[in-house]
Amino acid sequence: MPRFLTLIRIDEKNAPAEGPSPELMERMGALLEEITKAGVMLDTAGLTPTSEGSRVTWEGGQLSVTDGPFTESKEVIGGYSISQCKDKAEAIEWTKRFLSTHEDYWTITAEVRQIAED
Amino acid sequence: MTAQPTPDPSGTGTAIETVFRIESPRIIAGVTRIVRDVGIAEELAQDALVAALEQWPRDGVPDNPGAWLMATARNRAVDLVRRRENYARKLAEIGRSLPDEAAPQEPADPDDIDDDLLRLVFTACHPVLSTEARTALTLRLLGGLTTAEIARAFLVPEPTVAQRIVRAKRTLATRNIAFEVPYGPDREARLGSVLDVIYLIFNEGYAATAGDDWLRPSLCEDALRLARVLSSLMPKEPEVHGLTALLEFQASRTAARTGPSGEPVLLKEQNRARWNRMLIARGVAALGRAEAASSGAPGPYLLQGAIAACHAHAYSYEETDWPRIAVLYGLLAARSPSPVVELNRAVAVSMAEGPSEALPLVDALTDDPALRDYHLLPSVRADLLSRLGRTTEARAEFERAASLTRNERERELLLRRAAEQS
Repeated sequence: MPRFLTLIRIDEKNAPAEGPSPELMERMGALLEEITKAGVMLDTAGLTPTSEGSRVTWEGGQLSVTDGPFTESKEVIGGYSISQCKDKAEAIEWTKRFLSTHEDYWTITAEVRQIAED
Repeated sequence: MTAQPTPDPSGTGTAIETVFRIESPRIIAGVTRIVRDVGIAEELAQDALVAALEQWPRDGVPDNPGAWLMATARNRAVDLVRRRENYARKLAEIGRSLPDEAAPQEPADPDDIDDDLLRLVFTACHPVLSTEARTALTLRLLGGLTTAEIARAFLVPEPTVAQRIVRAKRTLATRNIAFEVPYGPDREARLGSVLDVIYLIFNEGYAATAGDDWLRPSLCEDALRLARVLSSLMPKEPEVHGLTALLEFQASRTAARTGPSGEPVLLKEQNRARWNRMLIARGVAALGRAEAASSGAPGPYLLQGAIAACHAHAYSYEETDWPRIAVLYGLLAARSPSPVVELNRAVAVSMAEGPSEALPLVDALTDDPALRDYHLLPSVRADLLSRLGRTTEARAEFERAASLTRNERERELLLRRAAEQS
């Protein structure tokens, strides 16, 4: 049963300034509980804004550190989950349910990636 | 070249079947409470799937597809019970009677669904069924495996599995097995039966070798998922968390258990950098929950989880807390004595105190009929003899172990060790 890393990408500049509504938090909480109870969710968390993050780059043999916010990126990772599903179709179904808990004014892209197992 | 988004094809058969597979255990559980028969419940769930496959592509996917499937299956169940009641009334009018059917409950809140799911777990693992039937029924109803998948995973012909499942459903129906979570004096034994079924499924997958059909090793993940589900359904049961911890720890070693050409790598030789840290962390958390929920003497799965934790925390085989493992195996032997536990205790004693202290413990087991064909007994004994410098005896024991194992790769390993004795 493969594991999947789902990266939640949001447009920080156009995301609601006040953050998720209490109703959204409640819906999301109920769904995450359901995914956990289904034995699927291994780990999930939201991330603090990119203004608090840094990027460390290795290029041409040189290291550089860039502090956030990353204004050149339209979408940044706002959260992630690691799940174990029978197949990608199941991972996508749970991801759809997660996205559907959001109000219509959100634009979110969830990238579902299978974790390579050796 | 960027990928073009396509409209969501939720209405396709594959997507609908995915939704169904996710919801199926809950639907079967919810419907069983109405019709009191898992076989009929499974058929009604299938009917709901057929209805979805007909309607969704035409009318669009409902906002809450899981709830739609559940409601459809429940409605059919209620209809069925009403028809039965009408039939019973008609029979009564002509002077015969049938037992009363429980009146169907109306759609439930999520907690009720959880209760139904738990009832389904206890029903599928009911002691009235054979071990094979419990395993097959659990994987079918709760693990979402098809009969063909179960057959492939357990290396038995598909008709055999199909037959087992049919018989199991019939047994549950004819013996009038109550659809309930046991709370009486037999609760502990009944829960033990559930945990044993899950552990058995895990071990079947764990025993598979690299050359096997992938469905076999994936039984480990099916079992782990069942354990995780049970942990969230029974958060107060230390043994459930203990089993989950044990399986998380054992699963964390998967990548290290086989070498480049699929040969088995023993715990001693495993590259611990390849152990999955996330699963170890989950194991630690589950063990913490088990210990927090436990009062009185720790149960067998909690003890085995604690032993597995000792291995997970050690950076090398030699650095393992062997004295603690020996103590834990002692507790386990007192709690549920078995020759295999005693053999494992001997290994821990050999590491904690030396091979000469452990050899008498192993020698005491050589006449045990339960271990007569168990390859690990001569294999452990051979290792102790080898460490004591008694190489001639060690070689004979390694060869004996090689003749007993059913795993081809393991046989090669044991024969190699036999050849190394000089």
